[in-house]
Amino acid sequence: MRRVANNRRRSELAAKIVPIAALVLAVVAAKPAPKPVEALPQEHYLNPLEMALSPDGQLMFVVCEGTDEVLVLDLKSAQVVSHVPVGHQPRAIAVSPDGYRAYVTNSWNDTISVIDVGVAKVVQTLATGAEPTGIVTDKPGETLYVANRLSNDISVIDLKTGQETKRLLAGRGASYLELSPDGKWIYCTHIYPTPAPHRIPPQSEITVIDTKRQVVVERKSLPNVAGVFHLASSADGRLTAVAQLRPKNLIPLAHVEHGSVFGDSLTLFGADVGEPVQIPLDELDRYYALPWGIAITPDKSKMFVTTAGSQSVTVIDVQKLLRTVRARTQPFANDLSASAEYVVARIPVGRNPRGILLSRDGKQLYVANRLDDNISLIDPIRNKVVSTIDLGGPKTVNALRRGERLFFTANFAFQGAFGCSNCHIDATVDGLQWDLEPDGFGKDIVDNRLLENLAGTEPFKWNGGNPNMPTECGPRTEKFFFRSQSFSDQELTDLVTFVYSLPYRPNRNRLANGELTAAQERGKAIFERTKSRDGNPIPETNQCGYCHSGPKYTNQKLFDVGTGKATDRSPLIDVPQLRNVADSAPYLHDGSARSMEEIWTVYNPQDKHGVTNDLKKDELNDLIEYLKTL
Amino acid sequence: MRAKIGFARLALFAATSLATAQDMPRFRWENFTTANGLPNNHVYCVLVDGDRIWAGTDNGLGVLENGKWTIYRPKDGLAHQAVLSLALDKRSGDIWAGTMGGLSRVSAGRIDTFTQLNSGLSNDIVYGVGVRGDFVWTATAAGASRLNTRTGHWDLFNERNTPMFEIWTYAVSPGEDKVYYAVWGGGVLEYDVASERWKNYDDPDGETEMVLMKDQGLIHEITTSVSYLDKILWVATYFGASRYDGRYWHNFLTIDSGLPSNFMSQIKSVDANRAWFSTDKGLAYFDGTNWAIYRPALDTHKPEMLVRDSEGKKETRIQVDTAPAHNYILGVDFQGDDIWVATAEGLSHGIRQRGANQRAQVLQTGKAAVKK
Repeated sequence: MRRVANNRRRSELAAKIVPIAALVLAVVAAKPAPKPVEALPQEHYLNPLEMALSPDGQLMFVVCEGTDEVLVLDLKSAQVVSHVPVGHQPRAIAVSPDGYRAYVTNSWNDTISVIDVGVAKVVQTLATGAEPTGIVTDKPGETLYVANRLSNDISVIDLKTGQETKRLLAGRGASYLELSPDGKWIYCTHIYPTPAPHRIPPQSEITVIDTKRQVVVERKSLPNVAGVFHLASSADGRLTAVAQLRPKNLIPLAHVEHGSVFGDSLTLFGADVGEPVQIPLDELDRYYALPWGIAITPDKSKMFVTTAGSQSVTVIDVQKLLRTVRARTQPFANDLSASAEYVVARIPVGRNPRGILLSRDGKQLYVANRLDDNISLIDPIRNKVVSTIDLGGPKTVNALRRGERLFFTANFAFQGAFGCSNCHIDATVDGLQWDLEPDGFGKDIVDNRLLENLAGTEPFKWNGGNPNMPTECGPRTEKFFFRSQSFSDQELTDLVTFVYSLPYRPNRNRLANGELTAAQERGKAIFERTKSRDGNPIPETNQCGYCHSGPKYTNQKLFDVGTGKATDRSPLIDVPQLRNVADSAPYLHDGSARSMEEIWTVYNPQDKHGVTNDLKKDELNDLIEYLKTL
Repeated sequence: MRAKIGFARLALFAATSLATAQDMPRFRWENFTTANGLPNNHVYCVLVDGDRIWAGTDNGLGVLENGKWTIYRPKDGLAHQAVLSLALDKRSGDIWAGTMGGLSRVSAGRIDTFTQLNSGLSNDIVYGVGVRGDFVWTATAAGASRLNTRTGHWDLFNERNTPMFEIWTYAVSPGEDKVYYAVWGGGVLEYDVASERWKNYDDPDGETEMVLMKDQGLIHEITTSVSYLDKILWVATYFGASRYDGRYWHNFLTIDSGLPSNFMSQIKSVDANRAWFSTDKGLAYFDGTNWAIYRPALDTHKPEMLVRDSEGKKETRIQVDTAPAHNYILGVDFQGDDIWVATAEGLSHGIRQRGANQRAQVLQTGKAAVKK
């Protein structure tokens, strides 16, 4: 059965790669010419992302995003003893307190796979919100909490009935959950910032759930933060640390060399520190990009943070950290000299380290190296990797793998400051608008765009300045963004191959049978209309389908749709593709429209962005319902 | 002999009146104004959320918790300072506030606002809001809206897809099987959840102020509030109130009931037989037979409680020391046996008082009244 699934996946992948690679070959015409696609090995990498332990600590469950399975690892022998197929793109795992069940989020199926640990099989599938990611059970193991990244909420599932009893409102991009040691609270973080007015400092929140009442009781504000990942609490519950990014997106990207792009940092909260405080992880001349997973030793002596873009684990002496926090009276998240006071080691590990886990006794530390298909076993006393557990992934490295590694590393940027995946978190967006050009403050502001299925949507950049992906990823990125070493020709080709391989995520707004709802049908008619309400013909160039044409709803040209700002160098805007447009808020080239409605209710007064001012409110709603299905 | 019979009748009447009067809930009223933290004295609506009391006022949304007021205004993200309606999502604990400038959701201190410009909301003047399951129903100045909180999908209901000939919807009461809208000037609209069909109820006398056919239909087209509970619909209008059990209508007017006024801003039922009426001449309670009225006296402004029989012909005055902040009542909500009252001149907390010979007669829904 699994072989059939794998064969199918291979066929699907091949179907995707053939046209992509053909396009790459065409546009690059390049040196060195990549191998013909047919010659590319069709490896299926494991991409281990998260880990969990059985209550007795004998077994480790490893979530493999790449092969849609959970590996059961016998820690004594360091051997994989079972492969448990789960849903598509599994993201996280929680083990029931009694150890009999493991729950895995299937982010592309919007489900949970319930694994019977005894027989290593999925015995039940539970429904969730859109793109379930983080997952925890409450302390008695009666209720499951699931962070839904796309629906921005938290599913509360009664494990006795298997039914979702309620959804709790989270922030945008709800992703990771942590149960407080006393079982009273669940904390939720978000990979995207809280939606806010245009061009104000980003902000995120930690959503706090009271497990007794099963309601959100607090939202801890994280100012100047966007891109928040795992969090971990000390065993005494007095300290919780949150891995996060501090993007500097309001200022021009002109001071890369002075740390003015991203700050890699933690927020600390709890009785040990009082009010939440942010601390830097970077150094004055070296950055530790994309802090992602956190583990705190049972005795609270050390804290370990995986930095996914820097192939390392940062080791923090907790007592030194607390001394620094208590000694400093002013915010110091931007004072990169501070990290020397509490960071005691940087442990090199594999590529794209993500999940991090301490054994129950705190004597072994495990790190999942996502793009190496292995696990680093670290001695947390000596801060050294003592062995590497091979999970059995392919031994060859193909172009896609090489490109993926390039995408997720910060090695190419000056001082390792950031990489592609800083802004394109998990190869999506960051929900931010950036001042990328060195043309002065507040000029040519651009919204981040999705990377899904980009072939055939050229040119790139909102002003259409880059005719193809090698130009986009090459000179522009490596020279201007990274201010550092260039990609080799082969590296650039690999990176482009990977970017072009990124597929569409499932569209949750379409009916399962492929039909449109009545509202979506009405919206489609509006999208395709050629006459306005008064019967006058709409000029062809102002009909929706003129610009948004073709399979990806872009004619790949530049147009002035009246949305240019005085601060833009040109009012001509690249026509974006509309696939999965519902997932890419905010909208317009500069992200000034916070919702799809605002594209037309606020930013289309002259009917230059399609004729819409004759629409009644319910008709505009219908149009938007249709657009969400694309 | 005749004198004896007459005396006996008088004694019986007096005893009945006394019994009726003693049955009616009594309250000690504590009033809140800007002097003790209320955001504004004009209180459009009140909502009980456990130990927290939310007050929608003309200048902000206030929440009273542990004796302290927290105030939300547009600078905090609230859609508009004038908060016209409130609803609680009991599952999530989120509060929905209908304002003069959109719909706001208050969730653990975070406010998200939905307007006609940034969302599918039909109109920014949100007179009424109600929550049922995953749906948030709103009554706006341009028809009704329904937001599916799971999908973010909006449905709009107006003259094009319902029998809503007047789109000025004023209040909504969503139930499990039916959703009712008070349409200002357009009677009552009923949405059947199972069939997804709409039906309208109009005043059989048309848009006149005359009551030619009492109890044959809705009392008036200018409806201001609906309350649907235990399969019974209660309707408030500017010209009387109605009760509808799915087959029969019963109407209430000052001339033939204990209502202090035909002008009502809100009606809120306790169960199939009991309801509270927010009128411009005091707060009225109907226990299924008799009436009680709570207010500052209209002439002396001294605290007043009146108990009236079903036809409003017999009236007993109860000695009280306190009264709601004003006789112009805009809305109520229940907190156990207590009641909270929004008035045009402050927020009032009716703290239930019990006499030695009076047993519990709870106000909260779903619990039967226990009479003496």
